[in-house]
Amino acid sequence: MQANMLQAQDSNPAVKGSETAASEIVASPTSCQFISFRLGEDEYAIDIMAVREIKGWTDATPLPNQPPHVLGVLNLRGAIVPILDLRSRFGQGLTEATPMHVVIIANVAERTFGILVDAVSDILTVEPEEIKTVPDADRSEGEDYLSGIINADHGMVVVLGLQELFR
Amino acid sequence: MSNDGTSGSDFERFRITFFEECNEILADLEVHLTQLQEEALDNEGLNAVFRAAHSIKAGAGAFGFTDLVNFTHSFEALLDKMRDGEIDQTPQVADLLVRGGDVLAELVSAAQENRSAGPDFGADVLEQVNDLLGSGQKPTEVSSDADAQQATVSSGMGIWTIRLTPNADLFKNATEPLLLIRELRELGSLKIQCDRSQLPPLRKLDPELAYFSWTFDLESECSSADIEEVFEFVDDTCEIAIERAVSSEEDAETAEVPPEGTEVQPEVSLPAKSVAAKEAAPAGNKAKAAAASSIRVELGRIDRLVNTVGELVITQAMLAQELADLTADNERQPIAGQEQLANLTRELQECVMAIRMQPVKSVFARMPRLVRDLSGKLGKKIYLRMSGEHTEVDKTIIEELADPLTHMIRNSIDHGLETPDERVAAGKPEEGTIDLSAAHVGGNIVISISDDGAGINRERVLAIAIDKGIVLPDAHLTDQEIDELIFAPGFSTAEEVTDISGRGVGMDVVRRNIVSLGGRIQIQSQPGHGTRLNMLIPLTLAVLDGMIVAVGNQRYILPITSIVESFRPSPSQMRRLDDWTQVVQIRGEFIRIVRLCDLFNVENATHDPTQGLVVLTEVAGGGKIGITVDELIGQQQIVIKSLNDNFDPVPGISGATILGNGKVALILDIEQLAGMKATVPLPHDGDGPKEVDTPVAIVAAE
Repeated sequence: MQANMLQAQDSNPAVKGSETAASEIVASPTSCQFISFRLGEDEYAIDIMAVREIKGWTDATPLPNQPPHVLGVLNLRGAIVPILDLRSRFGQGLTEATPMHVVIIANVAERTFGILVDAVSDILTVEPEEIKTVPDADRSEGEDYLSGIINADHGMVVVLGLQELFR
Repeated sequence: MSNDGTSGSDFERFRITFFEECNEILADLEVHLTQLQEEALDNEGLNAVFRAAHSIKAGAGAFGFTDLVNFTHSFEALLDKMRDGEIDQTPQVADLLVRGGDVLAELVSAAQENRSAGPDFGADVLEQVNDLLGSGQKPTEVSSDADAQQATVSSGMGIWTIRLTPNADLFKNATEPLLLIRELRELGSLKIQCDRSQLPPLRKLDPELAYFSWTFDLESECSSADIEEVFEFVDDTCEIAIERAVSSEEDAETAEVPPEGTEVQPEVSLPAKSVAAKEAAPAGNKAKAAAASSIRVELGRIDRLVNTVGELVITQAMLAQELADLTADNERQPIAGQEQLANLTRELQECVMAIRMQPVKSVFARMPRLVRDLSGKLGKKIYLRMSGEHTEVDKTIIEELADPLTHMIRNSIDHGLETPDERVAAGKPEEGTIDLSAAHVGGNIVISISDDGAGINRERVLAIAIDKGIVLPDAHLTDQEIDELIFAPGFSTAEEVTDISGRGVGMDVVRRNIVSLGGRIQIQSQPGHGTRLNMLIPLTLAVLDGMIVAVGNQRYILPITSIVESFRPSPSQMRRLDDWTQVVQIRGEFIRIVRLCDLFNVENATHDPTQGLVVLTEVAGGGKIGITVDELIGQQQIVIKSLNDNFDPVPGISGATILGNGKVALILDIEQLAGMKATVPLPHDGDGPKEVDTPVAIVAAE
């Protein structure tokens, strides 16, 4: 069922790994699942339960006088959904979005929004103890969105708290 | 016996349903009580009022709202006496009933909000009701000694004989006699005899019918009311007879004294009760038959349906556009089915919208009462004439209409209509008239309130406005502009704040309410002849007549109702006041320009209004602003979507919609735009004279 959540079109090469993902899902009562995605060279993950769907980028209608990471709003089957640029939120400049880019539609705290990322890579199934806490760093307020690190086969994946990220 | 069998959420759901029903019942009650004040109600009318009280009582009992049960109980008893003709429908009684209706409404809302209405709330009304019941009861008391004995609510020991004969279909109403017996047992020591004579032979026995009846001998200190309470909710399905078999000495003593006041009350309703139940039952069935043609649907579900159909409309528009592009390429005839689909979707949308439509009657019905109360208080004679109560409008709008309407009528009565003496002196009939009417005009509903009073005292209005700094002392205003001043924030002509018009809420709030519904309000006043207020409100909040405008690459929607006209100004019409402010002159009026491209930082927009268009729009308070746009794309009915479901409010934007191409377009909030400051100052060039072309009116709304 979780595999079905990846509703991306086959024609979109940016969405890959959904096939392998299906085979990797090993049900364990305590395990948690994350969707991982790429932003440049870095890999991040968010809780799969927050993800509603994944779609290719289409032009959004800009909202006036908003912070730069608010790209605008999209029509998602009749609902007006704001789209947020994760790269810009991290202070790395605006993403030059193409139809190859991916929007992850997430639902957090009764609000639905989309985050623009470069590509979705995988579904990670991990035990809670595999999620390591982020080392204590001197982080300023509003930057407590790093909620953990997973050591995956292909490298480290940073788990993001969406609620902290876009509140 | 409340929520033992149901889960918490079920209970909560029933509770919600109960209050929904209560509110409907109360509205109905109001209509009948208002009628009662004018003329005596026929049996049908009294039955309706009785049923209303009875339904509330039953529900209130089930949810344990004792205040409500107690009050409705007396109320109901009074109505029952009236039905039987034992109490006449005098104006005093009518007034008492109306006040009782108020108490009832307050008790219901108190229960709904889980608060107490106060220990003595409604006590005065209750007392009067009981007094009335007491006096109406006297003849029967003389004739029946046993009744008089029962009447005393004493604490002495007594033996009660109770006969409970259930109707055969008792179990079909999910009533369990065992529970009643257990409850009785809690009142005192109980001897039970079961009458099994009605029990048929086994092969004829229908397991779903009730065959037994019981006789209870209850030895208890309780009053008849306590016993009655046990059977409170089965009185429709059982025959109950309660008799006091043996009375102790004290009771005998008190029985000598003719019972009066509150003490009579529990007894009165007893014989009345069985009659009531019997009469209410067929009446109830009749009501059921009439109601069978409608069902109660949660508003949320309808909203979902409305949304989905809205989507369908958009999708259809999208398909139409794509198809048009295709056929244009191939030079083929448009497909006939496409047209049919368009018609069907439109029809479907209208049907769905119609579900949410309700007649404005529910709001209008509250007004006669208001007029009557106020005319009494102010010593004015007023006749309220209503028409078009059956005009339908969206449910959400109806709810939002009540306050502005109440306020406007108050205003008419307080400020508009004169006292009878003044009227006679002015050569008018003593009785003032207020006309309240509703009608459909295009996609809107027009509600008018007009009075034949003194009209607006313009001198005074102007003086007050100057005094309050709303207008400058040397301002020259037209009559219409002065009239409009009553909508200005902070304006109130009442010299002292009365409890009628002055509640810190002025006509500015009325206008704001109407504007927030996407509507407009106009005033026409003729000194000496009266004032007329016209409200133009869209039929629904879900769709809006919008003008699509282009600014750079962006498309925005302006509500048609607020557009006055649009034109391309010539450079000579434009004047720059400072780095931030620019005005346009049209027909001698100076209108402030709101540069959308600068407010919203839109790329590729025309910055020079003389190369684009200025859309003149009305803002609340009678002012106007000119919004600069590149061009007008066209007028369209749009489906309003909320932006705030998923995002924080955006200044200057009231919502969004989806265009035929599937793209989101933002709906402009003109009120907010008027108060916004641009992020960049005006450019210094572009003000000089270029090509002088005469202004062309392109669109003139209305």
